[in-house]
Amino acid sequence: MSDQNSHYGLSYRAWRTFYRAFCVLVYVFLMLPILVIIPLSFNAQPYFTFTREMLTFQADGFSLRWYGELLSNPNWRLAIGNSIVIAFASTLLSVVLGTLAALGLSSPYMPFRKSVTSLVLLPLIVPLIVVAAGTYFFYSQIGLAQTLPGIIVAHTLLGTPFVVITVTATLSGFDRGLLRAAASLGATPVRTFFKVVMPLIAPGIFSGALFAFVISFDEPVIALFLAGFDQRTVPIQMWSGIREQLSPDILAAATLLIVLSVLLLLTAEALRRRSERLRGGQ
Amino acid sequence: MSSTVIRSVSPAVTLESEASPLDSSLKRRLRRTTRRHRLRAFALTLPLLAFILLFFALPLVDMMARSFYDPRVANTLPETVAVLEDWEFEGLPPEAAYAAVTREILERQEDGSLGSLALQLNHEIAGARTLLLRTAKGLEETPSPAVGSSYQELLTSIHRQWGEQDFWSTLKIMGNSFTLRHYLAAFDQRYDANGEIVARPDYEQVHVMLFGRTLWASALIVVLTLLLGFPIAYHIANSPPKVGNLLLILVLLPFWTALLVRTAAWIVLLQQQGVLNDLLVALGLVADEARLRMMHNMTGTIVAMTHIMLPFMVLPLYSVMKSIPPVHMRAAASLGAPPFLAFIRVYLPQTKPGIAAGCILVFILCIGYYITPALVGGRTGQFISSFVAYHIQQSLNWGLAAALSGVILVTVLLLYTLYSRLFGGDSIRLG
Repeated sequence: MSDQNSHYGLSYRAWRTFYRAFCVLVYVFLMLPILVIIPLSFNAQPYFTFTREMLTFQADGFSLRWYGELLSNPNWRLAIGNSIVIAFASTLLSVVLGTLAALGLSSPYMPFRKSVTSLVLLPLIVPLIVVAAGTYFFYSQIGLAQTLPGIIVAHTLLGTPFVVITVTATLSGFDRGLLRAAASLGATPVRTFFKVVMPLIAPGIFSGALFAFVISFDEPVIALFLAGFDQRTVPIQMWSGIREQLSPDILAAATLLIVLSVLLLLTAEALRRRSERLRGGQ
Repeated sequence: MSSTVIRSVSPAVTLESEASPLDSSLKRRLRRTTRRHRLRAFALTLPLLAFILLFFALPLVDMMARSFYDPRVANTLPETVAVLEDWEFEGLPPEAAYAAVTREILERQEDGSLGSLALQLNHEIAGARTLLLRTAKGLEETPSPAVGSSYQELLTSIHRQWGEQDFWSTLKIMGNSFTLRHYLAAFDQRYDANGEIVARPDYEQVHVMLFGRTLWASALIVVLTLLLGFPIAYHIANSPPKVGNLLLILVLLPFWTALLVRTAAWIVLLQQQGVLNDLLVALGLVADEARLRMMHNMTGTIVAMTHIMLPFMVLPLYSVMKSIPPVHMRAAASLGAPPFLAFIRVYLPQTKPGIAAGCILVFILCIGYYITPALVGGRTGQFISSFVAYHIQQSLNWGLAAALSGVILVTVLLLYTLYSRLFGGDSIRLG
């Protein structure tokens, strides 16, 4: 582009250089927190900044002590265990409820499609603090506050819209003639679903499940209101770590979470490209 | 596909079917099949609908009800409230009210619900807690007035506030189960001794200021994310696909990183003994004893929130820009438009839906944001959400918390409706 436009002169080129430099700065701004937190988690000292040893790359400036502390601390272990249980359970629920709903919403016969869609997507729009307040008041009355099922249910509400969106997107390229073909060959609707529909919408289900998992695993607000001490999750543990005694084991936990998000992001991207390819091929 | 076929066929069937019984049965069967399909589609969404209604919609309705309807005082002091109904905020209430409240305080002391009533009244009348507890204690010693004396004299002798109209007015107002007082409190107003709506004293004025602060800070964050986000969205959308995908990951990675991780990282960067201050000191730009305060104030909130919201701005912008054919700009250039003019006249107008989606999304998300302002905002960088949390967890004034949540909820829903009216509902997409 810049070669083609070079005849526009100096001021244009100066502007282009400025624009590129600006973009680079924004990318740095975006990545800075992640880039800073990872090396600091290997700090041998209980400081939140780079020590002289770290900056001169001496071996004794680095250690794994905060990772050790993280894994030996019973509170962190409880939190990690709870987060995993809650995230898996709410993902499973979101996938089942969301996939069924997406199948219904994609059917050309679906009545009240618009209203149902907006109701289903509503949890995405309502601010988390409002959901947290509402669920806290209500779940206290029905005995779901301070229980794992309570948090699982609330997280399912947040994860399901993503499953509905991703599965509906994969279904938009779905040839409904296949359903009639399967029916005419004598397959029951259930068999048709597992043998014909499921393999085709699997990428959508998986990426929806990834979203639901991440949402639940990273969700602090609702958990903060609904969890008692025994239900504390990783975000709650980080929250109280930051509020009460800022200890570097938070940075170790943060680094592990970054590794997890990189893995999930790469999986999600691979899935997205795959389904784009599949849809493009048809 | 199949639906359009059936729908286009059915009118023809209707026209011819009147006479022949065979056709009419065909028509009926067609209608029955269609109905079955509709039912089946609806049945598939039913589990999720039931789930959302029970665990999401019902709690929100319950919360809204809580902000309007508060029968707790009426339930704990039913007789007193009934007597006060005839009293029109003129002077002190009749002797019957004093007699009723004496009896009911003793009863509540007996069944153990006096403490929660005291807590309730304390939200509206400073010192009401002490007043009630001391009255209960005094009444234990002398449960009824001496001969020739009145309940009014008895209560006033235990605590002088029983002889003040203010106190009784508030009690009467709190006795109304259907009430606007939580919303008045949310906007720093209250009912005075005569039942009129007045502003609260200055030292109690906090919510309106916080609503205002939340709104302007959110608007500032929208502007900042747009200023930072537009260039990089343009950059990513106009890079060759391989580079573009890599750059997109730079946006998506923070997006996928846990919120608390990003917040913790900003604390590490911004605090006074933090990385940025160390860097500035090392470079000699800032003296060691004059380290910048970039955290526990509004600066911290704005910086961290801008970072957290940036992907929500970039992603809608990017997806719109990706769909603008590059030939448009080339056509403008070939017609002699200089790049700036072509950009402003041809490119920019086409990005409007993306700008709108990004701005509204970021604004809506900011208004109810809790975690980041609470952790990096200190006292001056808090948003209204922190007061929802405060009233739920610390002051235990749930009615007020519900009213504040109600205001946030209505604001967001209005903005969203406005947005979907203007730009169509489904342009908000994530990832």
